[in-house]
Amino acid sequence: MRALVLGAKSAIAQAIVERLDGYDFALAARDSEELAPFAADLRLKRSCAVELIEFDALDTDALERFPHKVHDQCGPFDLVVLVFGYLGDQRAAERDTTAMARSLNVNFTGAAIALSHLANYLEESGKAGGIIGICSVAGDRGRQSNYLYGAAKGGLAIFLQGLRNRLASTPVHVLTVKPGFVDTPMTQDLDGLFLVASPAKVADDIVRAYKKKKDVLYTPFFWRWIMLIIKLVPERVFKKLKL
Amino acid sequence: MAKKTTTSGWGLYPRVDASVRRAHYRRDLRTDDETSVLPQGSCRSYGDACLHDHVVSTLPLKHLLDFDPEQGLLRAEAGVTIEDLIRFAVPRGFFPPVTPGTKFPTLGGCIAADVHGKNHHADGSIAGFVEDLEMVLADGSQVHCSRHRLPDLFWATLGGMGLTGFVYAATLRLKKISSAYIQQRSIKTANFAETCRIFAETQQQCTYSVAWIDSLKKGRQLGRGLILLGEHAPADQIKKKELFPLHAGSRLDVPFFFPDFALNTWSMRAFNTLYYHHQWSHSSTTTIHYNPYFYPLDMVHRWNRIYGRKGFLQYQVVVPFADGEEIMADVLGRIVHRGIPSLLTVLKTLGPANEGLLSFPIAGYTLALDIPFRNTDIMPFLRELNKSIVDAKGRVYLAKDAILEKEDFAAMYPKLEEFKRVKRLYDPEHRFRSRQSDRLGIT
Repeated sequence: MRALVLGAKSAIAQAIVERLDGYDFALAARDSEELAPFAADLRLKRSCAVELIEFDALDTDALERFPHKVHDQCGPFDLVVLVFGYLGDQRAAERDTTAMARSLNVNFTGAAIALSHLANYLEESGKAGGIIGICSVAGDRGRQSNYLYGAAKGGLAIFLQGLRNRLASTPVHVLTVKPGFVDTPMTQDLDGLFLVASPAKVADDIVRAYKKKKDVLYTPFFWRWIMLIIKLVPERVFKKLKL
Repeated sequence: MAKKTTTSGWGLYPRVDASVRRAHYRRDLRTDDETSVLPQGSCRSYGDACLHDHVVSTLPLKHLLDFDPEQGLLRAEAGVTIEDLIRFAVPRGFFPPVTPGTKFPTLGGCIAADVHGKNHHADGSIAGFVEDLEMVLADGSQVHCSRHRLPDLFWATLGGMGLTGFVYAATLRLKKISSAYIQQRSIKTANFAETCRIFAETQQQCTYSVAWIDSLKKGRQLGRGLILLGEHAPADQIKKKELFPLHAGSRLDVPFFFPDFALNTWSMRAFNTLYYHHQWSHSSTTTIHYNPYFYPLDMVHRWNRIYGRKGFLQYQVVVPFADGEEIMADVLGRIVHRGIPSLLTVLKTLGPANEGLLSFPIAGYTLALDIPFRNTDIMPFLRELNKSIVDAKGRVYLAKDAILEKEDFAAMYPKLEEFKRVKRLYDPEHRFRSRQSDRLGIT
């Protein structure tokens, strides 16, 4: 079994990798050579095969060939874990086309195109496998503080929902993950975070949910109920809230 | 701009609000974001050696990079802890060649303090096992140093309290072990003279040795305690299922700060008397796992809260063997006279010094104890003690220190000028500094 991890530099990705027993890994990221220490550590401790592969979600032209590139350079794979994301600065992006496009293209366009081709690869291989896609609770309802990121991640969640429906009759399982706030480099300079979870806790939940073939995971679990309440607030009221 | 966090060493005194930048990759080891920085690991040094307004945490640099099982050479990033190292090494039949009394410090921290263990009299400090350091200097350049390559930088960095540059990775020569167990011989001593005499008699033959001292006994019983000698147990003497089992996580926790009155001379006296007398015979031998032997206090998570919210000072000094016995007896006597409730008071002999410019160990007796920080009148007392240590040509351990004065420090560390010269060479603008280096006049 080999897992392809997209965005392997993220703290959540690395925590997931540490918990996926029995797998070999293809770790994909921009400037992937920076993952050499992480890969060396994995090989020493787990005696598994680990390859690094260059991946850029913004390079949409290369995404179609990407599954075959991974197959050729690292070997066949049966699990795709998509973790990459780009938070950006919401207020700045509102007036900056480049920043806006970057958020939408990384979090939705690049992710969706990459997953489409990877899903085709997995389906054609005919083997049991899966896709784990990391979205966000921010995608459940648009809020002024991060609706650009939220819209893209929400779009990705709907994309994964469709993919799950399409692949339901195949041995490829699709898990949508919606984490709350996680203590990672992405959030390290943000203020006003609450109920912050560790990458280890989130990764524990994700690996367990994948093994149990869950469809949608909120992690930590209470975010399911928090988001339920947030979604139930009437728009008339919600639009006036400072969230 | 990184957020401000309250940071402190293990003694919880002093506390400093600092911006903490976490280093995930080698490129994050930079000094140009702030005017000056301090590399920081697990903050297991006790005083202000690990504190500064801007720190770069090396904790995310926790990867093992290479291992040669033939030579026992392990190359690892600076944020790898002794515990990480043990988890990797023990199942493969290896052990850290030198380990402090807790397994939570990082490799970088152990290098910065040139740590010693219970085997210092036999094996020296960790410097003797560091084959190579990969550093990032103040100007951003990446260099290797060792006893052969840039030896000035190497000997300023081992024991240099993080003031010469960032250690990105180190290559450490591990020790081959025959099992995860230690054969411990425990000898009960009646007073300080006997403790020293048994140390002298056993030095030659034992790998590990340390004495627990009953720090509340005065007069003729001053310095009574238990000398704990240890050897790695040979495989054929282990009657267990597994030869190399790892330790379990700690289950006990101190979930809140103890009130000041919890630890007083009465409760400590009860504890010490029980501990001293739990061994009935003069000498007893047992086989125990490495975890309780080397890391008894690690069993209790956050044990530093036991001394209360104000924290505590840890006082560790060494004095040369010549007259060392009388001087240590005098120092211990003055401490006991004050009735300081120290949870753990430890005496040990150290072997010869190395070339480290600020390395602590010199041949002699070293005494370590905790001093709860309850009122400031302890300060003049300790400064008075320091004067005696200076007179005895002894020194205070920087990894434990929070109160030493500049002049005493300069008198204790005769290679200080040489250290300053090397620091100027590699860090002319003092990009690396700490609360301690400012206090001691190094920066």
